[in-house]
Amino acid sequence: MINRYKWWELVIIYTGMALFLAFILAPFAEAFMVSLRPLEKVFRVPYRFLTEDMTIRPYIDMWTSVPGLWRYILNSFFISCAVTVLALLCIIPAAYSFARFEYRFRNGILTAFLAVNMVGAAVLIIPLYKLMLSLGLLNTYWAMIIPGAAFSVPTGIFLMRSYFLRIPRELEDAAYVDGASRLYTLRRVILPVALPGIMVVTIATFIAAYAQQFLFALTFNSVTEYHPLPVGLYQFFGRERVLWNELMAASLVGILPVLFVYVFLQKYIVAGLTAGAVKE
Amino acid sequence: MTRRGDPFPYLLLVPAAALTLAIVAWPLIETFRLSFTNASLRPNASYVGTDNYEKIFRGDFWEVMRRTFLWMFLGVTLKIVMGTIGAVLLNAAVPGRAWFRVLVMPPWVVPIAIGVFMWSWLYNGQFGMISGLAQQIGMIDGPFEFLAYPNAAFIATIVTDVWVGTPLVALYLLAAMQSIPKELYEAAWTDGASRVYRFRRITLPLIAPSIFTMALLSAIWTFNSFDIIWILTEGGPRGATTTMIIDTYKTAISRFRFGEGAARAVMILVCLTAFAGTYLALMTRLQRGASR
Repeated sequence: MINRYKWWELVIIYTGMALFLAFILAPFAEAFMVSLRPLEKVFRVPYRFLTEDMTIRPYIDMWTSVPGLWRYILNSFFISCAVTVLALLCIIPAAYSFARFEYRFRNGILTAFLAVNMVGAAVLIIPLYKLMLSLGLLNTYWAMIIPGAAFSVPTGIFLMRSYFLRIPRELEDAAYVDGASRLYTLRRVILPVALPGIMVVTIATFIAAYAQQFLFALTFNSVTEYHPLPVGLYQFFGRERVLWNELMAASLVGILPVLFVYVFLQKYIVAGLTAGAVKE
Repeated sequence: MTRRGDPFPYLLLVPAAALTLAIVAWPLIETFRLSFTNASLRPNASYVGTDNYEKIFRGDFWEVMRRTFLWMFLGVTLKIVMGTIGAVLLNAAVPGRAWFRVLVMPPWVVPIAIGVFMWSWLYNGQFGMISGLAQQIGMIDGPFEFLAYPNAAFIATIVTDVWVGTPLVALYLLAAMQSIPKELYEAAWTDGASRVYRFRRITLPLIAPSIFTMALLSAIWTFNSFDIIWILTEGGPRGATTTMIIDTYKTAISRFRFGEGAARAVMILVCLTAFAGTYLALMTRLQRGASR
């Protein structure tokens, strides 16, 4: 049939997959190997990937050499959750407005939102710093949450809008005929129907928020207890003598939660992101 | 359904608009204003006209800009090429595909900074994997510290950037491929078209718009990329990986020269706008030419 591959095609496909995965997974594999070695064995010449002196000591010692590790992981989760909630509160109504109503300047406003994607966070770092300073938000969680949410709103609106566009208008019209108010209709009729889309936007926003907690935390926060994982660990990487094995162990443990989230929800993510992306 | 002058749709925009105005629009305007001042940590700043800009242009601005565009161009090209190959592989109907789809995405899922920590170990000259393996197969004679030499560091930061960015490109292009109607392939297959021919004549033309879009988005993200270079090299060695973003950050945050930093930030926006404008104009012309 059409999908039957000849043997040499299969060889090419599997070779390609293997090479691709080697590139993608090499850092993780090597980090894992380093995390299983005593420090003096990490610095070994010549290089070997597998050795017989593996130990899980780094996974025990890291809690003392990176004392805030628990705190960093929880911070990362907390910040990402807060960013996601704040962003969704902005994304959902705005996306609904863009998808359902006709009004003056609608396309202009939408374009303006999408243009925000052009502006990198680092470009605005000076006024943002001054803004956070004058609002007294420096060295608080808010300094990491609010900017993080603001920069994830445009993409979220874009994705969410394409979901709302696919919901038939008749649904709302029926509710209006029954005398429902528009806010009630949005809450009780539209949102339940759009739930799969909301799930996808939630996951996508969460992952983006989790992946990008570096710049704001590095710049706006100097309180160790509030650091998210990347910045918390970055402090240890900058040292004279880096405990590579324990830091790799800490990194791997730190990303485990989000990897779990991803593996369990990946069907959703792939299907959802792609459905939203292709539509336009 | 919507009455003229009806406030409801506007009210729905309020939260998003408020947040965006406060965190993006106002800082944007403020950046422009600051770029004409000598603002620093001192409380009072005065307007200095175009001094900041003149200072930038007298310095190494053109060098940094050339480097930034080269960095972006190489990174985006590699991401698009590898992303397309990845999407084709992800789309292949072979056993094990589900696993492949799961295993390809981690660089996108984990915090960028953490992924880069791992890379910084891989690049270690004495004990790292890349230098070690290259020595074993005889590509290099002795330990090679990738991040210590300008050209090697430049390429190393690009490789890491490609690693971070490729999964999303692949996923996006996979989506584009899956939205192509199956009938097209079946019709071509019935006519005896080979797999390669079907890819060239059906897949590629139909995902071309997605590739153009993704290339633009990817270019903007790459241009604005901060974490990767900052963690690997902080712009070094000897400025070899200092892109415009790194340059701006160093000027403004590390040296507290807010005014000059703002001027550099404005130049980033000018460059990006010019680039995006040229790109879109070129693509529109190209597509019009193709459809004729």
